[in-house]
Amino acid sequence: MRRIAPLGLRTRLIAAFLLVAAISAVTTAALTYQQARNAILKQTQDTAISTLRDQVEQQEFRLPLDQAELQRIVIELGKRGKPHPWIIFGEYGSVRVSTNPGTPTSSVITDNLREKVRRHDYTAFQRVEDARGNPWLTIGVPALFEHNGFSESTGAVFYASVPLSTEKQTVEAMVDAAKQGAVPGLAIAIVPALLAARSVLRPVRDMRRAAQHLGRGRLDTRIEVRGADELAGLARTFNETARALEQSVSELQDAEIRARRFASDVSHELRTPLAGMLAVTEVLDEDAERLDADTAKALRLVSAETGKLAVLVEDLMEISRFDARAAELNLDDVDIAEAVRKTLERRHWVDDRIVAELPDQVRARLDPRRFDVVLANLVGNALRHGGAPVRITVRTAPGEGGERLLIEVADSGPGIAPEVLPHIFDRFFKADAARTRSAGSGLGLAITLENVRLHGGTLLAANGSAGGAVFTLDMPLEARV
Amino acid sequence: MPRVLLIEDDPSIREGVGLGLRRRGHDVSSAETGEEGLALMGGFRPELVLLDLMLPGINGVQVCRRIRETSQVPIIMLTARGDDFDIVVGLEAGADDYIVKPARTEVIEARIKAVLRRLSDPVGTRPGVEQHGELTIDRAGLSVAKSGERVPLAPSEIKLLLHLSASPEQVFSRQQLLEYVWDHSYHADARLVDACVRRLRTKVEDPDASPRYIQTVRGFGYRFGPL
Repeated sequence: MRRIAPLGLRTRLIAAFLLVAAISAVTTAALTYQQARNAILKQTQDTAISTLRDQVEQQEFRLPLDQAELQRIVIELGKRGKPHPWIIFGEYGSVRVSTNPGTPTSSVITDNLREKVRRHDYTAFQRVEDARGNPWLTIGVPALFEHNGFSESTGAVFYASVPLSTEKQTVEAMVDAAKQGAVPGLAIAIVPALLAARSVLRPVRDMRRAAQHLGRGRLDTRIEVRGADELAGLARTFNETARALEQSVSELQDAEIRARRFASDVSHELRTPLAGMLAVTEVLDEDAERLDADTAKALRLVSAETGKLAVLVEDLMEISRFDARAAELNLDDVDIAEAVRKTLERRHWVDDRIVAELPDQVRARLDPRRFDVVLANLVGNALRHGGAPVRITVRTAPGEGGERLLIEVADSGPGIAPEVLPHIFDRFFKADAARTRSAGSGLGLAITLENVRLHGGTLLAANGSAGGAVFTLDMPLEARV
Repeated sequence: MPRVLLIEDDPSIREGVGLGLRRRGHDVSSAETGEEGLALMGGFRPELVLLDLMLPGINGVQVCRRIRETSQVPIIMLTARGDDFDIVVGLEAGADDYIVKPARTEVIEARIKAVLRRLSDPVGTRPGVEQHGELTIDRAGLSVAKSGERVPLAPSEIKLLLHLSASPEQVFSRQQLLEYVWDHSYHADARLVDACVRRLRTKVEDPDASPRYIQTVRGFGYRFGPL
């Protein structure tokens, strides 16, 4: 199942896009704002300071100043406010006047500014805000007089309060413009972000789907290559890989089909002459008695080998049917205890070499013929390669997807050598390489395993704790076709 | 000894099987093709036909159908076992048994005897004529009539019907039927039973209704009735 991550590729791409857009918008706006604000304020400030200083210098007055004289100068200065009308305050000793007679002092002129002006006899300025938050530029200019090339303080100081509300409005308008520009900008940035995400994600999605199809065995899956970017290159590489894979798989399949058909055809072709030969082997056996020893021996040999060949060909046919997946189950309801007893009876294994623990009332749905082959092979092997007594245990156990039928066939022989164990179900595997052909075809266990698999079961070979080989059959109680 | 007609195109099998059976005292006549075999039917009057499935010209299945049109002689198919499909098709065409090639003469002879024994040794000791619904079963005369009309049945079919109807309502497993009717104690193959039941049903049951005489007991096998 596809897990929908809280932060999918699309989300991350869009977030990254918006972040980049936001950072660039904010940075640009901030820099522009700062530069513009400084430029505007500096210009206003410079003009106001130089205007006030010039005006103060041009004023002629006699010392000491009285209230009326100071008031006159202040009003005179007040008329010349540039670039904005300003409010002028005059201070001379304890005399304080202003252009607004009601307010001889201003709250916006700070002690700090006064201190600076008085100490250095020099023009000073400060940007302040009044109680209502309006920005002001306050300038303090001391009135000096020239005396033998020296400037000396007259003791009079003129202050101007220039309202910066216009500048503030301008700056605010700029901030608003930046804000109003950034938000739609960010909104608009979503569109290219979506497009970019889509252009990246669609090939990725296509590729994921194609890879899934490929994994399910649809090797003819290809991706449409769009454009010439890296993703297109990736798609092209994917297609080439899929094509190469398809080709080699189809070559392998062809080779496998040929090999399988060859085995099947050979077996088939062998069957016809064998059918004729096998029909007359008894004639040979009977007549051998009346012939001389050598001829009799030769005839019996031919007869015996013909029989073995017939079994081998039959087993080969069976194996090639499994390989071609042509083997099918003919299911029937079977009493297991009864079926096991029948298998043993048919092979005349009813003496004390076999100990069978058969529970009553176990019914299973399986292919009786194949079950007979499986059991006969396991018991026959145990008798031939292991040793008596052979113990057969039948039981059922609950498992995944329903009840399981468990059958154990254990012999009392020396067990299976560890190096043999992994190959025990291989075709034509000979446990002892030096041993000549045994009675079996070498396909018995391979066929047994295929029959068990056909029922949806497994077959395990191991050595028991008390020595001796143990084959464990585990298959569903109800096999399904 | 029984007269056996062997229809087989391969000379080695024809000669080998012919030789083996003759040595065991059978009167064997062989034919290379289906047409030749059909032509021999009249003059030779075989008691059993051994029929290869793969034949040049008309194949074994067609030969089997032609023989069944006129005769109830037992037929055993000789088949390449790989083809499950062929076995079923052969059995449905009316064969009584099948033998997988290659086979020893003793196996062939055992099958021949088993098929022939079916008719000479009818199931049950009750002689006479029984009436089951619309079916009239004549155990002595080995004939079956439906609504008074005789139903031609192959040997395996009549044997199966006789066996089932001898114990009405008793359930027989496929394995039991194989052993009683076919003597197949060595080779459990439920397809024989199923194919025979299908053929029997087409002959004795009403085509539209569900099976009335030969009923399936799911998971166990078949029984005759209850009607």
